[in-house]
Amino acid sequence: MRDDLFSGPEPDPARDAGHQDAPERVGFFTDTSVCIGCKACEVACKEWNAIPEDGMSLTGMSYDNTGGLGASTWRHVAFVEQPVPAGRTELPVVEPDTRAEGEAADSGMRWLMSSDVCKHCTHAACLDVCPTGSLFRTEFGTVVVQEDICNGCGVCVPACPYGVIEQRPTDGRAFKCTLCYDRLGAGQEPACAKACPTESIQFGPLDELRERAALRVDQLHEAGVTEARLYGHAPDNGVGGDGAFFLLLDEPEVYGLPPDPVVTTRDLGAMWRHAGLAALSLAAGAALSFALPALTRTKGPR
Amino acid sequence: MTSGPPAARTDSYYGRPIIKAPSWAPHDIAGYFFLGGLAGAGSVLAAGAHLTGRPTTAKALKVSSLAAVSLSAAALIHDLGRPSRFPNMLRVFKPTSPMSMGSWLLSAYGPAAGAAALTSVTGLLPRAGASATAAAAVLGPVLATYTAVLAADTAVPAWHGAHRELPYLFAASATAAASGMALVTGPLRENTPARYGAVVAAVGEDAALRAAERRLGSVAVTYREGRAGRLMRAARALTAAGTAGAVLFGHRSRTAAATAGIALLAGSVCTRFGVFAAGIASAEDPAHTVGPQREAVARRTTLSQ
Ligand code: SF4
Ligand code: SF4
Repeated sequence: MRDDLFSGPEPDPARDAGHQDAPERVGFFTDTSVCIGCKACEVACKEWNAIPEDGMSLTGMSYDNTGGLGASTWRHVAFVEQPVPAGRTELPVVEPDTRAEGEAADSGMRWLMSSDVCKHCTHAACLDVCPTGSLFRTEFGTVVVQEDICNGCGVCVPACPYGVIEQRPTDGRAFKCTLCYDRLGAGQEPACAKACPTESIQFGPLDELRERAALRVDQLHEAGVTEARLYGHAPDNGVGGDGAFFLLLDEPEVYGLPPDPVVTTRDLGAMWRHAGLAALSLAAGAALSFALPALTRTKGPR
Repeated sequence: MTSGPPAARTDSYYGRPIIKAPSWAPHDIAGYFFLGGLAGAGSVLAAGAHLTGRPTTAKALKVSSLAAVSLSAAALIHDLGRPSRFPNMLRVFKPTSPMSMGSWLLSAYGPAAGAAALTSVTGLLPRAGASATAAAAVLGPVLATYTAVLAADTAVPAWHGAHRELPYLFAASATAAASGMALVTGPLRENTPARYGAVVAAVGEDAALRAAERRLGSVAVTYREGRAGRLMRAARALTAAGTAGAVLFGHRSRTAAATAGIALLAGSVCTRFGVFAAGIASAEDPAHTVGPQREAVARRTTLSQ
């Protein structure tokens, strides 16, 4: 990992962004092993943030008719149906019901459910590339778009390595999860975490969440759920650690998450360097085009 | 498209893309890439023509650069979700944002190109005209190549994966376009540098594209298949034909020179639209996001072992 402004570990993004007396950095730990797919988070988010309706179609993707995160979907519950992997998969969520367990084993299928959200990256590509300063780092270390400044240039959309932020077609401007900036300011937890009945969505200071998550993985491993793993928690990952990270039961791509996302700005120095050299080579090529004919002419008839 | 529910998969979430492709309209943004290149490289050739006593070509290129940069700014503004908020682009000066840098660059280059064109057409203030010509020639190459950073500074696999090569490809394509414009507008006795320029551009473009495709590995198919593949093949054919025409007949016949110039311009358009289409295709297929990232993980694991 390189240690620079644009990538690598960054202990305090809020202070780095100029917030002098920044409170503790907060975030989400989404423990998908206890998600029951009720979508209370999706609904609570839509309600609290007054997000418009964005399609009522049936996708045919299990119980997921939302599809994915977007301008008008800031929490998205994924439903994956897959054959039960070899070994045990029963999770120690509730007291075992022997009859139900027998039936589940017979079906040979399992559901993976996971509530996805903006990762509030430590090194947020969306924020880096925004030309208007509309996207900014809050005092809580989160990443928020200012609706009254965004001019809808759309460059943040392909910059996000997670495919989170999007322009609303009817509006042109970009929208995404604010980690309920208004509620945080009032000392409240975000609407989705408040609504989640199983505490699959946990909100709190990021350091604390990371400790809690590590314990939870150990617990699951001991219980025989060897496929449990954390995603996005590491401060030395490609985006300097996600402000919202996850406990998954399969590879990230199964849930539609990138396996090894990198903030594009990591390579910005190289990009500007090559652009500069390319500009020089353009000028040199042009100089050559004028010099060569002049030289050949002085050296005699062509 | 098959009917029925999307099948469960292990390599993606129902085959849905992982990243979001830009919602930019191709004619706006690929058009912006082309026009910025034509303007920027045109200013360089205009300065060369100005210095070496090729007044007709110099004047024509200055005018075409002004026209191209005006159109490119219009395309950029047209593509905004909120065009009336274009001035917000100059709200901050932000080196991490290629779009911000580009806006500042446009606002410096635009007036220089404008002054160069106006003084040249009217014949007024020749000294000021010369400095404007020089300023536009200094900023022009950056205008032509920064758009490559605009595209590459994203998570789009076909663009970011080629972030080292794309600026050279754009520089070459811009040179091809400007040489084409010089061949279309300049008289025969002035067009030798444009013919050399076409050769330099064609060779450079081919080399840059090859290098990009080598670097991209499995993602390179996005430059070879579908809409992008057709555009890139057309670009190659047009640039080759235009260059050959310019070299062989460009000094003999005005018609041949103009035809070659049009082919070069069209080739540059196809290159930009092709690069744009390859980016969209790579963003829409989750395999192009997952594949290279899996390879990166594998490389790290073998390294640490
Ligand atoms: S996940 Fe995407 S939208 Fe969210 S902070 Fe990171 S880069 Fe920005
Ligand atoms: S669309 Fe809005 S938020 Fe996104 S980069 Fe442009 S100005 Fe910033």
